Amino acid sequence: MTSEGIGASVRRKEDYRFLTGNGHYLDDINRQGQAHASFVRSPHAAAKINGIDISNATNAPGVIAVFTGKDLADDGIGPLICGWAITSKNGDAHNAPAHPALAVDTVRYVGDAVAIVIAETLEQAKDGAEQVAVDYEELPAVASPVGAMSASSPLVHDDAPGNLCYDWEIGDKAETDAAFEKAAHVTHMDIVNNRLIPNAVEPRAAIGEYDVGGDNLTLYTTSQNPHVARLVLSAFNGVAPEHKLRVIAPDVGGGFGSKIFIYAEETVCLWAARKVRQPVKWTAARSESFQTDAHGRDHVSKAELALDADGKFLGLRVNTVANMGAYLSTFATCVPSYLYATLLAGQYTTPAIYCDVQAVFTNTTPVDAYRGAGRPEATFVIERLVEQAAKETGRDPAELRRINMVPVDAFPYQTPVIQQYDCGNYGAALDVALDKADYAGFAQRRSDAEARGKRRGIGFSSYIEACGIAPSAAVGALGGGVGLWESGQIRFNPTGNVTIFTGSHSHGQGHETTFAQIVATRLGVAVENVEVVHGDTDKVMFGMGTYGSRSAAVGGSALCKAADKIVEKGMKIAAHILEASEDDIEFTDGNFTVAGTDKTMSIGEVAFAAYVPHNYPEGVEPGLNETAFYDPLNFSFPAGTHICEVEIDPDTGSVEIVNYTAIDDFGTVINPMIVEGQVHGGVAQGVGQALLEGCVYDDAGQLLTGSFMDYAMPRASTVPSIDVGMTETPSPLNPLGVKGCGEAGAIAAPAATINAVVDALWDLGVRDVPMPATASAVWQTIQSAAQAAE
Amino acid sequence: MYEFDYQRPASLADAVSALQSAEDGQLLAGGHTLLPTLKQRLARPSDLIDISSIGELRGIAVDGDTITVGATTTHAEVEGSEAVRSAIPALADLAGMIGDPQVRHRGTIGGSIANNDPAADYPGAVLGLGATVVTNKREITADDFFLGLFETALAEDEIITAVRFSKPEKACYMKFAQPASRFSLVGAFVAKTSGGVRVAVTGAGQEGVFRVTEMEAALDANFSADAIANIAVPDDNLNSDIHGSAEYRAHLIGVMAKRAIAGCG
Repeated sequence: MTSEGIGASVRRKEDYRFLTGNGHYLDDINRQGQAHASFVRSPHAAAKINGIDISNATNAPGVIAVFTGKDLADDGIGPLICGWAITSKNGDAHNAPAHPALAVDTVRYVGDAVAIVIAETLEQAKDGAEQVAVDYEELPAVASPVGAMSASSPLVHDDAPGNLCYDWEIGDKAETDAAFEKAAHVTHMDIVNNRLIPNAVEPRAAIGEYDVGGDNLTLYTTSQNPHVARLVLSAFNGVAPEHKLRVIAPDVGGGFGSKIFIYAEETVCLWAARKVRQPVKWTAARSESFQTDAHGRDHVSKAELALDADGKFLGLRVNTVANMGAYLSTFATCVPSYLYATLLAGQYTTPAIYCDVQAVFTNTTPVDAYRGAGRPEATFVIERLVEQAAKETGRDPAELRRINMVPVDAFPYQTPVIQQYDCGNYGAALDVALDKADYAGFAQRRSDAEARGKRRGIGFSSYIEACGIAPSAAVGALGGGVGLWESGQIRFNPTGNVTIFTGSHSHGQGHETTFAQIVATRLGVAVENVEVVHGDTDKVMFGMGTYGSRSAAVGGSALCKAADKIVEKGMKIAAHILEASEDDIEFTDGNFTVAGTDKTMSIGEVAFAAYVPHNYPEGVEPGLNETAFYDPLNFSFPAGTHICEVEIDPDTGSVEIVNYTAIDDFGTVINPMIVEGQVHGGVAQGVGQALLEGCVYDDAGQLLTGSFMDYAMPRASTVPSIDVGMTETPSPLNPLGVKGCGEAGAIAAPAATINAVVDALWDLGVRDVPMPATASAVWQTIQSAAQAAE
Repeated sequence: MYEFDYQRPASLADAVSALQSAEDGQLLAGGHTLLPTLKQRLARPSDLIDISSIGELRGIAVDGDTITVGATTTHAEVEGSEAVRSAIPALADLAGMIGDPQVRHRGTIGGSIANNDPAADYPGAVLGLGATVVTNKREITADDFFLGLFETALAEDEIITAVRFSKPEKACYMKFAQPASRFSLVGAFVAKTSGGVRVAVTGAGQEGVFRVTEMEAALDANFSADAIANIAVPDDNLNSDIHGSAEYRAHLIGVMAKRAIAGCG
């Protein structure tokens, strides 16, 4: 390891510009002659639109244009799409009712966009929006996913009977049922995974711009995957052909999944820019973010774990109802199916697993991938069940996990639910975690706490996730509509410094540093001489973007392949100039050397020779600029054990996290400081889900947590000092050996935290607590347990 | 935000006449409730009359056992005031529990009590300490000032100039914060004053801040947490929402009041 190569905690190159306010976020961008947009939104969860009168708005001061869904349809702009096909148990394709970017005759959730008002100033656009008169006829609404399945529920879409999107299954039901027949003990649980609102610091925003001369459209947008946005806007929405459309995602302030999707507002601003011949800008107000950014989670499950007399897991049976919201967001369907149930084996050798999932429509904001996407829900189901089973059968929860873990010599390990785990050492992470968390000293800490009137509990979460998304053929076989490779390009400039282009997108992850470290290590150049370019479809040849902890494993691997090509070409050039055979050239630390001699030239000199090819090998193209596409061989499988220790004030129900230990196996670590930061952030979000965050709709579909006054985010005081550690079993399936680290914290933390809360209260008769375990919820749970005991 | 006329009078007298002559004038001090309301287009005043730079409304004065806090004195100034901290530490502590540093450097005591948000902290101190609200027209006792949800005894053209506190024998404020907003879900202000013990509760009541007279009587007889151990606050007039049931709030009133008594030392 060098001071700045792979394995070094290089300070983030991008932070200077972020911390000094010199970043270029979308709202910092203003285009010549730009107009401003305001959207008219439904105040109702469900209503028929009997008419829209835009006359007053059109005549309002400064208003340039008002458009409705009819205008979009008249222009042939297609509905928003969902790009993953799921097949139901009965062989039917999933139900995908039309999702117009602007509602035409029916609104289906509070915030559903009905019209766009474009004006000279933002205030004029808002004034104009207030003048749009929509004649709504309110309809009955349903917000609860379980409620939506009842026969008496109103229908969100007339063409989706039973509000059903799909009824899907995975695993062998007969075999699993048989396993339960043999069980010595069965643990049953009802498990709700609370609905979350993403809340990236930067709200979504867009500028659509039309170049009359070239008939080109440009969309500036807060996207995690600008090339995918271009593809969808072109191929499916028909806003512009792909070669006439440029999508730029500049500095983006957090995504967590919510900026993967192709939303109504971005689509409409782009289309409208051509209509009004002016750039059209929209930046979401925070209240719009709450109402329209795709929400996360929202599962209601019944789960059972069968154990034999020795505590070995025999079978796992899960039924999940997943809320899709009012329409299908871009990747909504794959989250509660292939990103969820394929992880239900966890770290364990459970031989029989069956899960079925009913995905349902409700009159709520669409639900899609949010940090972890399906894997936090799977981990929560497994790790709550395992902890509960340990308590019910009087076993130590760590030991129950250990005896069921996939052993080190069993890799590659084929689970009963599609996935094949490449490598891992789950017991090692558990051991380190137990040691770091001083599990042995817990009993003493608990009795000390009791003396102070506090209840102390400890909880485990031995999670696994599937990252490095994903082998294209596998994605296609499972219904995905895209390939999930990544592209990379390494361009040496004649002066020897390097510009690299990646289809991954950084919105906080630190790629400008990490990717520079990869290339610096592979090619022996200084990190400061490597510039990373991303987020512009006119600069980066192609890309699939950043989500599913894929950037290092897939995007980084593409850069490795490109680096290999650079070295290969450099060999030819160096051999010619050094007058040696190519076979005799060695490449080490940035120098091409004739083996066994002091004849050498640096890669910078080779680059110069490539661009000024006066003395150059015959048949070799000038230039030192290589591209590569990398399609992963499999998912990668980060795993680890998190241990959370809490103290609860029984008088108020307040939960304080007093210790938190995170031991993760991310394979090879490129920049430990950045990885630790990812763990910190992930754990903060996971702890937020466990203790604070809960999106609440009332029965009429009104969003009760529509602002930070009612939606509680984790604060510095919520998040403890986290003891982060890593075990490394490099993935054998990609050139870097990396697995991905972006989501682990959010995946592991909810189960660890809730398990700790339940542990603290177990002796009071508490068997479960709802998530988020707010003080109020915990206190009510304690009261209910006390009443039940009477 | 809709259009309005912005005025910044230099004196209290000018502020009063601006308020009287405006069609639908609204005073602006720290703006921490008003500006978000305007930004969300939930209010449409004709005029904003900014009183934040009127010198006579700002500052902390000590006269024997009386502390007078000017209406536009910020929470941070009260929190950091040596005079307040030595005379009524509970008041300085309470000011330090409001919002976050940004809020505390803009928000004012006058703005807080004039708004009378049922979950605000200051009404707890003003009622709990039996303070006097001084206006351009008169003096109003705390017991007469708070009239219900966002309602006070202030007339339309009346401006709070200061709040006058008498130093109690001892006092303490205990706050249980609503997890999202950090306003008080339940805040209990307990003070032993020359006129007897006062227990004021904010955050919990449907009509805003209120006194718990049963607790006060018990504490007059015996100032200890044990004295109120068996006093249950009825939950019929308490708030109930996604952050806590009325039952929970009623329970927390007891817990916070006991902790405040303990905190009185």
